[in-house]
Amino acid sequence: MGKTFYGVELPNPLMLGTAQYPSPALLEEAFRASGAGVATVSLRREGAGGTGQTFWQMIADLDVLVLPNTAGCHTVKEAVTTAHMAREVFDTKWIKLELIGHTDSLQPDVFQLVEAARILSEDGFEVFPYTTEDLIVGERLLEAGCEVLMPWGAPIGSGRGLNNTYALRAMRAEFPDVPLVVDAGIGLPSHAAAAMELGFDAVLLNTAVARAGDPVAMAKAMMAAVEAGRMGYDSDPIEARDMAEASTPVIGKAFLS
Amino acid sequence: MKIVLNGEAREVAATDLAGLLAECGFSGRVATSLNEEFVPAGLRAAQALTNGDRVEVVAPMQGG
Repeated sequence: MGKTFYGVELPNPLMLGTAQYPSPALLEEAFRASGAGVATVSLRREGAGGTGQTFWQMIADLDVLVLPNTAGCHTVKEAVTTAHMAREVFDTKWIKLELIGHTDSLQPDVFQLVEAARILSEDGFEVFPYTTEDLIVGERLLEAGCEVLMPWGAPIGSGRGLNNTYALRAMRAEFPDVPLVVDAGIGLPSHAAAAMELGFDAVLLNTAVARAGDPVAMAKAMMAAVEAGRMGYDSDPIEARDMAEASTPVIGKAFLS
Repeated sequence: MKIVLNGEAREVAATDLAGLLAECGFSGRVATSLNEEFVPAGLRAAQALTNGDRVEVVAPMQGG
């Protein structure tokens, strides 16, 4: 049984983004095909003709949990204000808190992240912080009121997979009871499976599906991967070793030479 | 009155935030800010506008 996210049990370990698909129709088809139980969304300036309302109707029809983000925010004030707007628009306390610190890598500004997480947690938000794999930052986020940590696998949209499995494994060991999500950097199903094999509780990805040549097939592949990774982790896998160990019994082999 | 709505200079007749949304055709799920401060939906009607105000109106969009 997986851990709960602020008391909510997810139907499966996949959180899927809704951006960058070739068309709204493909977004909807891929999302439904994936079976993901959580959709990440954002807030942007409303366009002429109410484009946001059309999008919202499609998301509402998916009947999944909605996780709004503060993507693109560079200051605590900006992120906190965005979170308040998101809470009103999406009618949820959940917020994927992003505080971007570096232009090229989109690395989180963890100092502002902790500050914003504290402000929002005290205001009743349930914060999903997009963070690095730094253990001390993780500890500070938990102290600030977060009950979930979402370290990056690699920079957003890079598709590099898990850049630092050593640190992610350490994070799992350090926070055994905290729901952990690898958020960002996934490119292949094997990356998503690897995150789950480390004992993570979910994987959040977007670009890997949205920008694939066949988003629908990739969406299914990602779900299969996270499910396989979780089953593998739960199955208590063998330790790797350097040399071979024959699997076929030696005893009883016929003498033929 | 001249305001800046979603980054564009506009001449509007509305004198409060709720009136501005109606005048500009916004409806449904939107959130508002005035001069970079969040204005909850319930306070829009009481939120007077003044010349040069900066208003943001945001809505659900795709996100990762």
